[in-house]
Amino acid sequence: MKIAVKRGDETVTYAVDFEGTLLELLIHIKTHVDPTLTFASGCRSSVCGSCAVRVNGTEALACSYKPSDGDLVEPLRNAEVIRDLVVNMDRPLSFNAGAQAWIDPVSGAIRMGHADEKANELQSDCILCGSCYSACPVYAVKPDFEGPFALTRSWRYVSDARTADVRSKLEAVQQNGIWDCTLCNECVPVCPQGIAPKQDINMLRTKSGMEGFMDPNMMGGFGGLDFGAPSF
Amino acid sequence: MVDVLIVGGGGAGMAAALSAKEAGASVVVLGKSYPTRAQTCMAQGGINAALGHAGDDSVEMHIADTLKSAQGLADETAVATLCTEGIDALRWLDAIGVPFSRTAEAQIAQRRLGGASAARACYAQDYSGLKILHTLYDQCNRAGIPFYNERFLLDVVTEEGRACGVKVLNIRSGEVEVYPARAVILATGGYSKLYGRYSTNAAGSSGDGHAAALRAGARLSDMEFVQFHPTGLAGSSILISESARGAGGYLLNSKGERFIDECLPRDRVARAIYDQITAGETVALDIRHLGKAFIDGELPQERKLAQRYEGVDPVFEPIPIKPVAHYTMGGIEVDAESQTAVPGLFAAGECANHRVHGANRLGGNSLLELIVFGRQAGRNAAVAAKNGTAEVPPAAVEAPELEACFNDAPEVDFYTRRDTLATLFYEQVGLVRDADRLRSALDAVKAMQAELPKMGVVDRNRAYNTNRTDFLELVNLLTVAEAVAEGALRREESRGAHYRSDFPEANAALAVHSLSWIKEERLCFDFQ
Repeated sequence: MKIAVKRGDETVTYAVDFEGTLLELLIHIKTHVDPTLTFASGCRSSVCGSCAVRVNGTEALACSYKPSDGDLVEPLRNAEVIRDLVVNMDRPLSFNAGAQAWIDPVSGAIRMGHADEKANELQSDCILCGSCYSACPVYAVKPDFEGPFALTRSWRYVSDARTADVRSKLEAVQQNGIWDCTLCNECVPVCPQGIAPKQDINMLRTKSGMEGFMDPNMMGGFGGLDFGAPSF
Repeated sequence: MVDVLIVGGGGAGMAAALSAKEAGASVVVLGKSYPTRAQTCMAQGGINAALGHAGDDSVEMHIADTLKSAQGLADETAVATLCTEGIDALRWLDAIGVPFSRTAEAQIAQRRLGGASAARACYAQDYSGLKILHTLYDQCNRAGIPFYNERFLLDVVTEEGRACGVKVLNIRSGEVEVYPARAVILATGGYSKLYGRYSTNAAGSSGDGHAAALRAGARLSDMEFVQFHPTGLAGSSILISESARGAGGYLLNSKGERFIDECLPRDRVARAIYDQITAGETVALDIRHLGKAFIDGELPQERKLAQRYEGVDPVFEPIPIKPVAHYTMGGIEVDAESQTAVPGLFAAGECANHRVHGANRLGGNSLLELIVFGRQAGRNAAVAAKNGTAEVPPAAVEAPELEACFNDAPEVDFYTRRDTLATLFYEQVGLVRDADRLRSALDAVKAMQAELPKMGVVDRNRAYNTNRTDFLELVNLLTVAEAVAEGALRREESRGAHYRSDFPEANAALAVHSLSWIKEERLCFDFQ
């Protein structure tokens, strides 16, 4: 099997006889062929989010992808490449704090049932692998966009029955947040956990509307809808 | 200058960070990866607390089960702390937003794991560890706790016998960095990667904290106790949760026969499976009778893992399994305040030995340990920081071993040795041990240590050199390996996870803890 790996400005092709996942193949190359090949890995069972890469232009976890002859493996997009397939995730991760994706600890008794559990069961499966930021065309051109996993995480808490102050959570995703998304859907098929950030962003928009927030792009500008607000 | 510096951003490290911060300390968390990539995310089954949401339960029953499983090697006071504070730990996790599975009565759902007399494990489907870890991470963001990611621990820096910071390799830049601190907490995880591909663990469980603690003057204890999980996938060793058996899953040999009570503690179930496999059987976990709706609702990750990594759908087929190294009961010796023998140096989580698991850990007690003792270590380190000095001696900024490890033409390939070590430990320091095999394993470890100068790092790039961090991990593993093999050889009895075919019974005189430490660059050993 021939497998090409993008390493900085070069693309290096390795010819190896191997059965297994892409991560196992990368480990095989590193330990038997070329110890300089550099990639990140952790749990090798799709739950730690370390080994997201792009294969033939589509994001995938190396540990869950079965490689084929001729595959091209590249690092994630829209993040600083530190070396070979390793990218710096500090910036995408910083948007979790920016979006205030947490709750203020609850003091009283908590009563939550099945329906409450199901409200954000899927969103809380997120492993922060970064595939969605790599696939996001808005983040590619607007580095301040809070981006898919941070907004999914915002919805995970906005939808949580324990969140007392929903309004302040929503406040944190108005600027550079939910309204910047074009709903293009690129983040949805690449999520290894089957999460749909686009839908979560839509839910945040609906909830924002109910709380009296408005799409800033629609207010007062050319072609914007007139809700009777004074225009400047 | 920081008050409390935490090495390791997993469950214990983040629980410690939050409580140290709450106690008024300034806090920094360093880790060799990112916090949400920690081993904690792989915990599936749940976290124990005697809440009694699914039938009768009590703290006393939780204590009794834990002590029984520990086979006389747990500290009763520490176990009482774990189980009693477990109730509050669960309330806290619920209060900070962990998305637990729920009951029809609007309470946290609980299920039964092996060795438990009640349904005691609180869970979030079978993503319990993932969801607890990420909720802690979100709370750390709320508290504004800084994470310095991708820093590899080289040494705990001490001044006059007191911890005053850490020396790390910045993996990204390749530079050595020293972080002074008034108190240090190690939360670096276990050493199951000693068993390489025969382990459920993530790549990072290489005993870095244990080795650094030894070098700083702390002691390790009970290192010979390594828990083998009964149900790793046969091919990849990836974990299939105990909750599958707790819910009624069967273990079957190739004749389709059950051969053990599936809900016994892990050491007994794992050994029964190992005996079957040694006798030429294959063993599978059968959960078909639980039905698709139950599997998808309660065990969604198990189904995905079996399909993806073993190529079987457990709704329709039994899952081939084998017992593999999963959790290391041994660890850095700490006192009742989570402090090591080095003043100002604390440890929590799997890297520490709080003497609550003894010879065999109960399922659901490790996530609990992370929270209870992580928070305790954070509080106590915040207090200790008030007495700390944090003046780093100048020699600490040098790390000659980092340059010395480069070798353009090594005589011995260290990756080959790493694989050899894993197979050696699984076969000779594994589920069934005896003096001959342990002696030869110990000799092999010492031979590999002596061979280290002939091994080395080929990649001379400074930036993100994982060839170098792989080598540094192997050096740490070889340090830990000696303590494990030495303890297993000296402990001439069978107790919990440590089973000696030449001494198949427990010896009451050996209901004591093993200890290892470094003196004049040699590993010393004793029972106490």
